[in-house]
Amino acid sequence: MQFLLVNYEQTAAVILFCIGFTTMLLHKNLLKKIIGMDIMDAGIFLFLACQGFIKGRVAPIVENGVQDVEAYINPVPAGLVLTGIVVSVSVTALMLALTVRLYYRYHTLNLDEMIALAGKEEV
Amino acid sequence: MAKKNKKSRWIDRMNGWLSDEEGALEREMEAAQEQAAAPDIEKLSPAEIRWAKEEQEEEARIEAAMHDWTEKKALPFARAMYNLLCVGICVTMIALLLYTVTVLPAFGDPSHPINNEVSARYIENGLQETGAVNIVTGMILDYRAFDTLGESSVLFTAAMVVLFLLRKDKDSARYSQLAQTMDQNPHSDTYYEPKNDIILQKTATILVPIVLLLGVYVVLNGHLSPGGGFSGGAIMGAGLILYVTAFGFAKMRRFFTYKTYQRVVLVALLTYALSKCYSFYTGANHIESVIPLGTPGAILSSGLILVLNICVGFIVACTMYCFYAVFRKGEL
Repeated sequence: MQFLLVNYEQTAAVILFCIGFTTMLLHKNLLKKIIGMDIMDAGIFLFLACQGFIKGRVAPIVENGVQDVEAYINPVPAGLVLTGIVVSVSVTALMLALTVRLYYRYHTLNLDEMIALAGKEEV
Repeated sequence: MAKKNKKSRWIDRMNGWLSDEEGALEREMEAAQEQAAAPDIEKLSPAEIRWAKEEQEEEARIEAAMHDWTEKKALPFARAMYNLLCVGICVTMIALLLYTVTVLPAFGDPSHPINNEVSARYIENGLQETGAVNIVTGMILDYRAFDTLGESSVLFTAAMVVLFLLRKDKDSARYSQLAQTMDQNPHSDTYYEPKNDIILQKTATILVPIVLLLGVYVVLNGHLSPGGGFSGGAIMGAGLILYVTAFGFAKMRRFFTYKTYQRVVLVALLTYALSKCYSFYTGANHIESVIPLGTPGAILSSGLILVLNICVGFIVACTMYCFYAVFRKGEL
């Protein structure tokens, strides 16, 4: 329990991830599912960014020719977060476009109603 | 006709017996079984037809009862079970992940296992090997440039699919009346959008050049300061979106149309791929690259990274604007 407070950044990231996951599972509205997915993404980015940080060191931009490992934080998670953000933007745009098309077809955003309508269409 | 058929079958049968006896016999038995399985409807007696009808009615009754049961009992039960399972899964996951956090190394700990020889190598040799002062840019556009090409392609593919799905054209009427009447519909957002809003236009006149300039600065200084193609491109995209919100699509189309989008993105992606092909070729064959790394800290340094940053910036800016325009109006 004490450790959760020491690592409160990671705790916050995990809680964000779980809020997003629960939103995705429990809501029937497709837009809310997409919002849940984005909250999950935010949690993962926060978690990755936390992992790279080291106390008392600065961002990895070489200054005055200092090239010591002891001087800079870890650059690898920053690159991973960058990749993640770009993919998250693309996936969100794709999901929203598909949702718009589904709304044009079924005139509803409720997933259950949509499945029922699709079932009737097949029969 | 029937006679001829019978005769040919008789000849077939004899030929079959002569060539290979077992196979022919088996085939004949199968044919006989099929005939037995499918009795002729016309030959059935009235009683048999009645039985068949009763059987069908019985089946229909059972089906209706099943449907009723699903609607009234099974579906609510399934929904309740689904919600219960969801809550169970979520609680389990929260507990597991929180437990994981308790055993992780402390925040900001230098002995974290993630700080291994890979990051040490990037920090110690990054400046000499890539020429970029910003080690993160050197990492994503030189050591892992292939990954960044994939990223740009993902963005490009997403923009293409959004265009496929939402772009309005002659065929749009076929898939939905709603999409066609969107602009005239009072319940639609486009009906209320500000037309010639003077405050927005005056603000945009001041802000758009500054925003675009900041975006260009961030892109060009990607290897010297925090920033780079992705962040600078996003800023430039925001500038374009502000412009189109204030002045409308008619003015935007004077310098940015669907064709501009296609050409800019394709040229940027191809330039990226070709320049990276060159550096992979020279790197894999241990040939000295002709592109100078330059003095670290100068704007014209770090070899190809500046070119790659500009390409990525163009792709991201155009794609951001494309997403906005297609979602709002269905066209560029």
